Order: sequence, then C-alpha cells, then structure tokens
Amino acid sequence: MKHRTFFWFFLPTGLAMLLFIAAPIVSVVLQSVFAPHEAVLETVETCTPFRCSEETAINQEATRALREERPLGRFVGLDIYLDRGHLAVAEVAEAWRSTDSFGAFFSELGDLPFYRAMGFTLTYTFTVTPLLIVLGLMIALAVNALTQWLKGIVIFFSLLPMIVTPLVGSLILFWMIDNRGVLGNFLSWVVGDPDLSVKASTPLMWIALIVYGVWHAAPFAFVVFYAGLQTLPEDQIEAAQIDGASRWQQVRYIVVPHLMPLVTFVALIQLMDNFRVFEPIVGFNAAAHATSLSWIIFNDMSGETRQLSAAAATSVMTIIGVAILLSPVLVRTWRDFKGKT
Amino acid sequence: MASTALRAPRSLRIATYGFVVFWLILAAFPFLWTLWGSFKVELDFFSIADWTNAITGANTERTYGTAFTGAGYEGAWIEEEFWRAVINTFIVCFFVVITSLTFGTLGGYALSRSSFRYTFWLLITALIFRAMPPITLVSGYLLPFFEWNVWGILPTTIIVLVAINQPFTLWMLHSFFQNIPKELDESAKVDGCTQFQAFRLVIVPVMWPGVITTGLFSFLLAYNDFAVTSMLLSESNRTMVPEIAAFLGTTYTEGNVMFAVAAVVSATAPLFVLVMFFQRQIVSGLTAGAVKG
Repeated sequence: MKHRTFFWFFLPTGLAMLLFIAAPIVSVVLQSVFAPHEAVLETVETCTPFRCSEETAINQEATRALREERPLGRFVGLDIYLDRGHLAVAEVAEAWRSTDSFGAFFSELGDLPFYRAMGFTLTYTFTVTPLLIVLGLMIALAVNALTQWLKGIVIFFSLLPMIVTPLVGSLILFWMIDNRGVLGNFLSWVVGDPDLSVKASTPLMWIALIVYGVWHAAPFAFVVFYAGLQTLPEDQIEAAQIDGASRWQQVRYIVVPHLMPLVTFVALIQLMDNFRVFEPIVGFNAAAHATSLSWIIFNDMSGETRQLSAAAATSVMTIIGVAILLSPVLVRTWRDFKGKT
Repeated sequence: MASTALRAPRSLRIATYGFVVFWLILAAFPFLWTLWGSFKVELDFFSIADWTNAITGANTERTYGTAFTGAGYEGAWIEEEFWRAVINTFIVCFFVVITSLTFGTLGGYALSRSSFRYTFWLLITALIFRAMPPITLVSGYLLPFFEWNVWGILPTTIIVLVAINQPFTLWMLHSFFQNIPKELDESAKVDGCTQFQAFRLVIVPVMWPGVITTGLFSFLLAYNDFAVTSMLLSESNRTMVPEIAAFLGTTYTEGNVMFAVAAVVSATAPLFVLVMFFQRQIVSGLTAGAVKG
C-alpha cells in the first residue's frame, strides 16, 4: 500500500487518537506543573473623618487580567508532586527521622493520602492477579471435563461477572455483604457476632474488594485457558498415561506448561487492569478504608472545587506506574516483531 | 479430554461437578438474588430480622398485598426519570459503536495491508494508549472543554469514547484483516480498482464476522464506562452508570435504596441478553488476542 493511500485510510483513527489521547496526555503533564493563580491582593487605605485603616482586598480586575494573560496558571515545577497530597517528601523525611522502627514508619506513611492509595492499589493488584489465574485455571479444567451441552450453560453464566458493568457488579455484591444483606447476615451467623459489619472494618473491606476483583476477572482467565485446553497435545497426555503419570502429574507436567504462554498473557493484561482499580471503591462506598490512585484522581476532579492540577499530578504518576507494568508487554511485542521480520 | 473424563475415578468426578456447581452459584447467584429482591420492599431486601423475608417477601405482602411489587422500578423509571438515562445510554452506545467501527475498519485495514516499518510503531503506540487508564486523561479534557463550551453534552462524550476505543478496535481488526488473504484485494487492484474500491467491493462483504465481534466490545466499553461519562456529562445528560452512582448519593439518605436496586437490574438486563445472543463472538474475541500471543 502506498504511503499516500495509507495516510488517508489511517487519518480518521489517527486524528481521533492524536486529539483525544495524545494531546490530553501532554495537557495533563503541563497542568501538573502549573498551579492556578492566586488572587491578586492589594492594600487599600480607606480614611474616614476620624481615622484611616488599611484593608487587604482582592483586586478582581488584575486577577482576571493575570488569568487571561497566562491561562495555564503559574509555573510551580515539581511542587505539586512533592506536596502533602502526593509524594509528601517533607512529611516522609520527618516520619523517617522521628520513628525508630519500620512498623512505625509505615504506619506514618499510611496516613498520607498518596501512600495510602498506593498501598491498597499494589496490594489489590498483586493479590487479585494470582488468585484469579488460579481460580480461572481450576474452572477451565473442571468445565473441560463436563459433557458438551453442559459446557454452553456454564460458559454463559461464567461470562456474566466479567461482562457486567463494574460499578453495577460491585453494587450487587455490596448489597449482599451489607450487614442487613444475605451474605452479611450469614457471615455474622458464622462468626456468632450479630454486630459484625464489613462496612465498618478495614481488613474485611479489603478482603471484600479483593473478592470482587477475583469474581470480576476470573471469567476472563477461564475463557482464555479453556480455549488453550482445546489445543492440548493429545499424544503427550497418552504417552504420560502409558508411563503411569498420575492425574495430578499430567496436569503439573503437561497441561500447565502447555498453558504457560497464556498464563503470562493473562497476568500481564490483568496486572495493568487491576492497577487502575476504581469502580469497586465507589460501589462499595469504601473510601474510608481503601483508596486507589484512580480514586484519588476522580475525587480531586469531582465536587465544586475541581483541583485539576492535583488530579493531573496523580494522573502522571499513575501513567508512570502503568508504564512500568506495561514494559514487559512491549518487550514481548518487540521480540515477536523481530522474530517475524 | 472426554475420553479421560470417562475414565476419571468417581471421587474426582464428584469433586469436579461440585466445583462447577460452586462456581456457578458464585457467578450467577448474586444476579438472581438481586433480580428477585428488586421486586421487594427495602425491609425485605435488607432484612435485619430474618433473612428468609427476602425470599418470601413478608413485609412486601404486608405493604402491597402481594409478595412482588414494581414500586422500585416505578420510583426509578418514572419518579427519578431513569428512562432519560436509558435513552442517553443507547444514543451514546449507538454512535460510539458506529463511529469507532468506521474509523477502526479503515485504519485496521490499512495497517494490515501496509508492510512499512511505521505500521509496527503505530501499533505499539496504540498498545500504549490502550493501557492508559481513561481516568488519567480526563483532567486533560476538562479545561479545553470548558473553554470551548462543549462540556456536558453527548457528542463530546461520544467522540472521547470513540478515541479511547480506537487502540483496542485497531488491534482487533488489524489481526482480523491479516487473516483475510491479501490476494483478494490485490487481484481486484490488478483488475483496475483503486485501493478504496478494492476495500469497498471485495473486503467489506467478507469482514462482517470480525466487525461484529469488535463492535460488541466497543459497545461494552461505552456501556460500562463510568470514569469518562461521570466526569464529562452534565446532570441532565447522564447515562445509566453515572445516574446509578448519583442515585446512591441521594437514595441512601432518602431511604429509597430500592430505586437504585431496580436501576441496577435494569442496567444489567441488556447485558444479559447480549451474552445470550453473542456468547460465541464474545468468547472468540476474548481468546483472539491470547492465542495469537
């Protein structure tokens, strides 16, 4: 295909991505190093017949002029990144000096919004991903042993948790684990504590969010692994059976190695997707116990005072986090490409 | 594997079936429970006294005379005007799917037919864009959109969702078009067609299976989005998902949780139908990326 023809074919999609993905990234980075102008203050002396007094007032005109002249705001460099709402360098240094054990240091860190969110985001990402892979693999192996007509029904119901809107799915689970809901009731009956409430306990809330994450994403792993099982090398299994391999050994030494590339694929995709965890925190109303980077961005932007600079700084740091998680995928794609040509 | 399954010892077979049943309950029970409960009053759905009330509907019967009531749906759809959000959602989804498929087929086709090095870099860029959480882009949209006075209306959201959709659409359609033999459109070009004519007359008629699969995922992305729609739409233009989130703010105080429950069930129903009809396409779309690596 000629360059010219390619250009016209690619123009609509290229333009859409340039204007609404590439440009916003630049705009986010710019916003994160500019803060809104402070109002221009001026001191006015007002004199009454008896005495004179000095008053500080906002000079509306000058403020407006300044805002129009430089709409981005004033350049503050990395100040926003280093302030208390983000990396909180001063507070971390202070905590490091004043605490004498790692435990105390980390608990001080947990009071800073960014590190609190980071703590939950990383815990969520690195517990949900392995759990969903294990659960997905177990479902795939079990469903593969079923008769044909049952498979269709099981796959139908299995797809539901994944396809459902994340906010809706988390609400559905949240209403069940509410202390007046059916699972909440069941839990307090099991524990024997009628006042047990998931909403009031941080560890229980974290567990509930992780359970939601696994419930939501396991079907994806299941479908991918199930497709992989259809191409299982039959002769290798037979050879292993002749050699007297037990069922567990067959799974351990033939099935799992065969699925390994798919496991890597699912792990890489899910690490990136779980890192952006957001909707369940809104759905579970869990902000008091667990926050994530995406949630901080959302929280900064919503409400009357849209703190765009703060949101932009967190956005840039989230993008850096995603980039770190994405790098193995890029290396893999690069190798594939090298292999092809 | 069927042959090995037949020879499986009884204990293993029971364990397998037990596990499948356990997973089915885990996957389906929350939906059935919420569907059933949406026809009850709040005191039944959230029952402190006795959880069986949620099944039998004791309080619902006391209030309305029957064990089922549509009060939640009436409140959500008519009182809170949820139907507006439903209409908005379908407008957004319709235009997002149509536009992103049009852009995506043209771009994906071009990428699959060009052998220059820049196609690889374009695909890599698309992959990086696909990994961006949409919410990180939103703060970049807000200022310009306020400035140009286009914030809060449906077309803006549609264009943004189309753009966010493009990387994924491009990848799906690119790999799909690569499976259509190049000889097809090249022979058309030999016969005197331009590249575009070859695309329109030869490729378009055979591309529908891939386009439908990709379209399903575009639809799901637009339908399920919360971050973009909740930040970019004004109150009167909200789609279903941000509307449900807004319900939570008001209903928890007013004691009308059942409105939100009814709205949630209403928002799940179309997805249920979608999976029913397009299960095969969804499964093939999910595995397409994986099996190819």
